[in-house]
Amino acid sequence: MDIIKLFNAMPGAISQGVIWGIMAIGVYITYRILDVADLTVDGSIATGGAVAAMLITSGCDASLALVVAFLVGMLAGLVTGLFHTNMGIPAILAGILTQLALYSINLRIMDNKANTAVSANKFDLLVSSRNVRAFSLENPILLLAVITAVIIVLLYWFFGTEYGCSLRATGSNANMARAQGINTNRGTVFGLMLSNGIVALAGALLTQYQGFADVSMGRGAIVIGLAAVIIGEVVFGKVFRNFGLKLLAVSLGAVIYYMVIQVVLWLGLNTNDLKMLTALVVALFLAIPHWKAKLATSSMMKKEGEADA
Amino acid sequence: MLKIEHIAKTFNPGTITEKKALTDCHLHLQPGDFVTVIGGNGAGKSTMLNAVAGTFLVDKGSIAIDGVDVTRLPEHKRAKYLGRVFQDPMTGTAATMSIEENLALAYRRGKPRTLCWGISNKERELYREQLKTLELGLEDRMSARIGLLSGGQRQALTLLMATLQKPKLLLLDEHTAALDPKTAAKVLQLTRKLVAENNLTALMITHNMKDALQYGNRTIMMHEGKIILDIDREAKARLKVEDLLMMFEKASGAGLNNDRMLLG
Repeated sequence: MDIIKLFNAMPGAISQGVIWGIMAIGVYITYRILDVADLTVDGSIATGGAVAAMLITSGCDASLALVVAFLVGMLAGLVTGLFHTNMGIPAILAGILTQLALYSINLRIMDNKANTAVSANKFDLLVSSRNVRAFSLENPILLLAVITAVIIVLLYWFFGTEYGCSLRATGSNANMARAQGINTNRGTVFGLMLSNGIVALAGALLTQYQGFADVSMGRGAIVIGLAAVIIGEVVFGKVFRNFGLKLLAVSLGAVIYYMVIQVVLWLGLNTNDLKMLTALVVALFLAIPHWKAKLATSSMMKKEGEADA
Repeated sequence: MLKIEHIAKTFNPGTITEKKALTDCHLHLQPGDFVTVIGGNGAGKSTMLNAVAGTFLVDKGSIAIDGVDVTRLPEHKRAKYLGRVFQDPMTGTAATMSIEENLALAYRRGKPRTLCWGISNKERELYREQLKTLELGLEDRMSARIGLLSGGQRQALTLLMATLQKPKLLLLDEHTAALDPKTAAKVLQLTRKLVAENNLTALMITHNMKDALQYGNRTIMMHEGKIILDIDREAKARLKVEDLLMMFEKASGAGLNNDRMLLG
C-alpha cells in the first residue's frame, strides 16, 4: 500500500466530492426542507449529463449547457411534483416513476446511445479531471468551489425571502402553512423543480469533469446525496447553525464521503462492493436517531422502575 | 359575517367506514358574535369548523364569509378571512422555524409571497410589542425555534398569529383541550382579551360546559351533524350547567356522550 498513491488520488476525490456536494444540496432541499424523499434525482442527474453532453458536442458553449441542464432538470422535478400533487401519488413513488421514465428520455436525448463522450481535447470544457492535479486556475476544484459558493449564496437568499419562507413552512408543517394562506401544493412542486434543477446542473458538471455522459451515471445518486447530507450533519451539525453554513456542511459531507471512499479503495476494497458499502453506511446513520430515541425511552423506564421499587 | 347554509358532509360514502359527519348544519353569525360550540363525541363540531376553514369541500349547502361565497375555495385561499387555532399545539406553528419567522408568516396571511426579504426590522418591533402583551417573556426569545416552546406558549403564540392580521372570523377548535387547567385558563383569558380588543367574530369549540356558558355571547349545541340548540346572551346568563344538560337531553332525546366533557 503506497501512501503516495493515495495522495495522488485525493484531488480527484475532492473534486468529485464537490460536484456530488452540489447534487447533495439539491437533495437537501427536498429531504430536509420540504420533508419529501425524492428519488427523481437518480434520473435527473443523468438527464443533466446527457443534455450537457449533447449540447457541447453539437458546439454549444459549456456554461450555457449548464444553464440548459438546470432548466431541463426543473422539468423533471415538475413532472414528479405534478404526479405527487395533482395525481395524489405518494412522493416516493412519484419520484420512482419519473426516474424510470427518465431512463428512456435520457437515451432519447443521447440519440439512443448509452453514453456520449465529451473529450476535453476537442471541446472547451469548464472543468476536467485531467487538470485535477494542476497548480493553476485550470484546476477544476477552484471553479467547482466557486459554483458551490454561488449556489449556497443564492439559496440562502431565496429561502430567506417571503416565498422561500413559505416553502420552509410547507415542509415544516403543511397544515399550518395552509392556515396561513400558503399554497402547499404549488410550493412542493416548485421545491422539487428547484432541487432537480440543481441536481441536473451537478450532472452537467460531472459529465464535463469525467469526459462523458452515461445513461446509468445516476444509479444510487439519492443514496450518495443522503450520505452527504447525513455526514455533513453529523460532523458539522453542532457548529453550523446558520442556514448557509448548513448547506456548506452538505457540500463538505460529500467531499468527506469521497475522501473516505478513496481511502477504503486504497485499503483494497473491490470497487464493485462500493454501492453496498454506501447503502449500509447510510442505513446505519439513518438508524442512529431511531436507536437513540429507543435507548432514551428504555433508560427512562428503567429509572422509573427503580424509583417505584 | 358567517353564513353556513344547510351544509352536509359524508366521509367515505358507500364504504364500511361511512360517516355522516354533517347532516344539515345551518348557522348565521352576526359581526362581533363570539359563539361557543358544545356537543357529544362525533357530533360534528370540528367537522363544521373544518368545513368553514376548507380542509375539505362540503357535499351540499353553501358557506359565505362576510358576503363572499367560499364554498368551492381551497383551504389556502380562504385563509385570508380566517384566523385558526387548533386543538393540538403542534398544528398551529412551524416547529423548525423561529418565533419571529412564524409571526412573519402569519403577518402575510392572505397576501402574495414575494421575493422580498421574509422579515423586516420594522416588523420585528411590532412583533416584540405584541409578544410583550402575552407576558410570557417570548419577546426576548424571538429567534428561538418554536420546537423549544411549551404547549401553552405555542397556543398563546398561535392565537397571536391568528389575530395579527385581523381575521373576519376566528376559529378555535378546542384550543385549550391539550393544556393543563392553569395554562388553559390563561389561554382562555387571552382569547377573551384578543376577541374583545379586535372586536372579532369567533367560533370556539369547548368541552368545558362552564367555559361554554361563561365565554361569548351565544352558545350552540350540536348533535348528529346538526345544531340542535342555539342559546342567546340573555338565556345564557340565566343558565347553569345542569340546565344545559337537561336542555340537551330534551333536544336530542339522548344523554350527552362526550367522555371528555367537563361539567365543573
